Amino acid sequence: MDKKPKNLRPLKALRYLFKKPKTLRYPFELKEPAERYRGLHLNDWDKCTGCGNCADICPNEAIEMKEIAEIEPEKGEKNERPEIDYGRCCFCGLCVDICPTGSLRLSRDYLHIHFDPNTFKILARDEKTDKEHFLPEEEYSIFKASLAHRKENYEGFAPDLIYALFDPERIPMSQIPPEERKTSFIEQVKGFSQEEATREASRCLECKLCEDACPAGMDIVDYVRNIWDNNLEGAARDIYKTNPLPEICGRVCTHNCESACALGHQGEPVSIRWLKRYALDNIPLEKYQKVLGTEEIESIGKKVAIVGSGSGGLAAAYYLKLMGYETIIFEKLPKPGGMMRYGIPEYRLPYEALDKDIEYIKSTGVEIKCNTTIGEDITLKDLRNGYDAVFISTGLHLGRSTGVSGTDHTDVFQAIEQLRKVTMGEEIKVTDKIVVIGGGDVAMDISRTLVRLQLKKFGTVDITVSCLETRDIMPATPEEIEEALEEGIDLYPGWGPEEITIKDDKITGVVMKKCLRVFDEEGRFNPEFNEEETMELKGSMIVEAIGQAPDFTFLPEEIKKGLEYEGRRIKINEYGQTSLPWLFLGGDLARGPDVINAIDTGHKAAKGIDRFISKNE
Amino acid sequence: MREVELYFGPQHLGMVGNFSITLKVEGDRILEATSNPGYLHRGFEKLMEYRTWIQNFPLVCRINVVEPDHMEMVYAMAVEKLANIEVPERAHWIRSIYLELARVGSHLFGLWAYSNMLGFDTVAQWAMYHRDLILDLFEELTGGRVYHIYIWPGGVRRDFPDGFANKIVKTLHSIGKCVPDYDDTFFNNPLFYERAHDIGKITQEEAKEWGGVGQVLRATGVPYDIRKVEPYAAYNKVDFKIPTREEGDAYSRIWVIRDELIESVHLIFKLLDNLPEGEVYNRVPNPFKWRVPKGEAYVRVESSRGELGLYMVSNGEDKPYRVHFRTPSYPHGLTILEKVLKGASIADVGNAMISLYVVAPEIDR
Repeated sequence: MDKKPKNLRPLKALRYLFKKPKTLRYPFELKEPAERYRGLHLNDWDKCTGCGNCADICPNEAIEMKEIAEIEPEKGEKNERPEIDYGRCCFCGLCVDICPTGSLRLSRDYLHIHFDPNTFKILARDEKTDKEHFLPEEEYSIFKASLAHRKENYEGFAPDLIYALFDPERIPMSQIPPEERKTSFIEQVKGFSQEEATREASRCLECKLCEDACPAGMDIVDYVRNIWDNNLEGAARDIYKTNPLPEICGRVCTHNCESACALGHQGEPVSIRWLKRYALDNIPLEKYQKVLGTEEIESIGKKVAIVGSGSGGLAAAYYLKLMGYETIIFEKLPKPGGMMRYGIPEYRLPYEALDKDIEYIKSTGVEIKCNTTIGEDITLKDLRNGYDAVFISTGLHLGRSTGVSGTDHTDVFQAIEQLRKVTMGEEIKVTDKIVVIGGGDVAMDISRTLVRLQLKKFGTVDITVSCLETRDIMPATPEEIEEALEEGIDLYPGWGPEEITIKDDKITGVVMKKCLRVFDEEGRFNPEFNEEETMELKGSMIVEAIGQAPDFTFLPEEIKKGLEYEGRRIKINEYGQTSLPWLFLGGDLARGPDVINAIDTGHKAAKGIDRFISKNE
Repeated sequence: MREVELYFGPQHLGMVGNFSITLKVEGDRILEATSNPGYLHRGFEKLMEYRTWIQNFPLVCRINVVEPDHMEMVYAMAVEKLANIEVPERAHWIRSIYLELARVGSHLFGLWAYSNMLGFDTVAQWAMYHRDLILDLFEELTGGRVYHIYIWPGGVRRDFPDGFANKIVKTLHSIGKCVPDYDDTFFNNPLFYERAHDIGKITQEEAKEWGGVGQVLRATGVPYDIRKVEPYAAYNKVDFKIPTREEGDAYSRIWVIRDELIESVHLIFKLLDNLPEGEVYNRVPNPFKWRVPKGEAYVRVESSRGELGLYMVSNGEDKPYRVHFRTPSYPHGLTILEKVLKGASIADVGNAMISLYVVAPEIDR
């Protein structure tokens, strides 16, 4: 094998002298980069939420989130945008693959010609919002190519959900199927197993957009991380920092956090609500005080009275108790919980879950006096004299009526009242054909409650729900609407009632007219109808669920006069403090209506009351 | 005659890469040679302990500038082994095709280095141009020309773009057409023979004893190749040959490289013919919440320079606890090079070194 070759063949190479050279004469001859080229960044500012995941994953710390004053962030977004330091960037594209909104891409541009090294840093933009630096083909010149002189429509390495570094799909929650669940009031959602919870928690990117969106400002990232770590006690401690009703919120919260979740932009948000529920479901009530360190709370000898044992009242009582105040809650109804017990049906929020949260709060020493009506059993004046401060969170327990002709008929009911009666174990009127008016969560709650009662009584379901809003702007949460439809209700969105038809003193239905718009240009509630287009919904009984109102009859006149008002609402400061410094207001009366807002007002009021009592502010 | 100590490199004709050899010479005969690594120490193994499992991807490929792809592969394999991640079938095949393309590119680069050092500038230019065509393929597939960051745990980062298989075939054919020119001008050139034969000669026993792998070992007649010994990716699904020679000198090593280059091209064609359809990526956990289970792994691949191994320890955290690479250039550049240079002439230092396929960044990690 080892043989010395002998020939003149190498001279063959001479013929290459007469071939065209392969070298490109840059910059006059350019090579077009490939379609997937990983060049300079592009960022769609309209899509970008400022979540900062790109900055977190960058292995070179080349990305810094910069606050942009001109951007007014939407709820659950930040006005920060990534700034890329091209002195550090290695063009790996991890930032593209982690971007949950898909706003960040790489272009095929790769040139930066400039005498100033400080120009290596630039806020990533694209031609959509930055016409100045992204130029059409004819205006672009390679001799000026830089981070601020770029070609438009020059997309390169693009995000792709299949290869994304995050998981866009959530772990499905096991639920009782509609056919089965509508036969009873058993809880519909089954809850996560440990494996499911760990996997779901592992999807969280820890960008904290959810925390900004949460009305109570919960430490969501911390507790989701603890759940992922299977440290449920740690998760419980994180949760109780800002929310003393997690079993309830873990079921019925309006989950603003999930709406803000970065993963929701291209996929499904993390099931933060179900995760919270999972954490607390798996800690027995007996261990709560030990886990949360509330076995012994030293009293500071001050007393606060709380009116109403709903979410606002319970939250205020708990946090005041933690600060050492003696707190007592006065509740008109036979059991504590307010709207959570008497408004939300059992299949959404079973009483055991509700009781677990309340029992824990009671175990810390909060006293709850039920069947006690202010103004009858005890007056506000007594509270004023006997306590250092008073917190009122009586909620919105009055229903509103549409006021159309026929609403004074005895078979026209208010949803709120009916729901309360169901909880109290009273029998409510159920006919075989019912019309519900309203498109909010209460309308869905009463419809689905009636589905169950109708099915039990008649074996069939015939419930029609109609509301002013079209399906896309219905105020009820989408999953509630979906579940109601699954259970067999008929939905007519976009119609308003004209009159209730009554024949022989019996209701036969409602005449509806087409709703053209619900809100006017200024965003105020001001519906407009097409009187010509009408239809009749048949039914022998009507339930109205179009809104709730507060009941202030327990407030004595002199106090009502002493308060300042903003429009029709009582004026309060950020702590819920009214113009009478000892009187605080919270719950649905202040914000909402929903549980998590009420909890936050309770928590803030607790801080305000402490401020008032200890510093007299 | 007087003994003189000479520094050969890091700036010296015939020296490629940031590497130097201290030579003790008498006249132009080398009495003793000592390799001096350390000019390119970047501390990769330590850096990797401070980066998360995913963040290490853009890093590992930079260890070997010439051939980043096998570094990616070996790291992905170690993570997959530790975390028990399955890779889809198609991804295995794509990985093999991709790694063989890397081998072709790397061998062409090696050919440039060697022929350039010998003064065969024409061939060197051809090889560099043809390597560029391979880089064009990489650019189209991955978006990067040199650092591709393409293989990662769970599969590969993107599937083939439309018509990519045809492009590979076309490009390889256009390079293949020039093989006769390469042969006539370089491999069968008497000048190459004169310059290379008997340079840096080692026996089979010596190669084994001194830790020789890859071409160094195969040029002494041992058909040792990890792709056969411990098949990974799709290498056990297709048939291919392991070229060997008997002489153990620079000439035979370069010939092994040439034959391997051609065999790799044939291998790519076979892989492309049987490329299965399907997914190419099994999602790995969210990088911010990814802990690889406690354990240790040793994995190895056949890089274009020989056996490339990676020993990695995880103590169940979001970052590796310890990473160590066993790179082929390490024994070649530090042990064998010192041995073969003893008694050689100064003019043959670069020749011997490049024929051993030493790449300095692999030694200094």
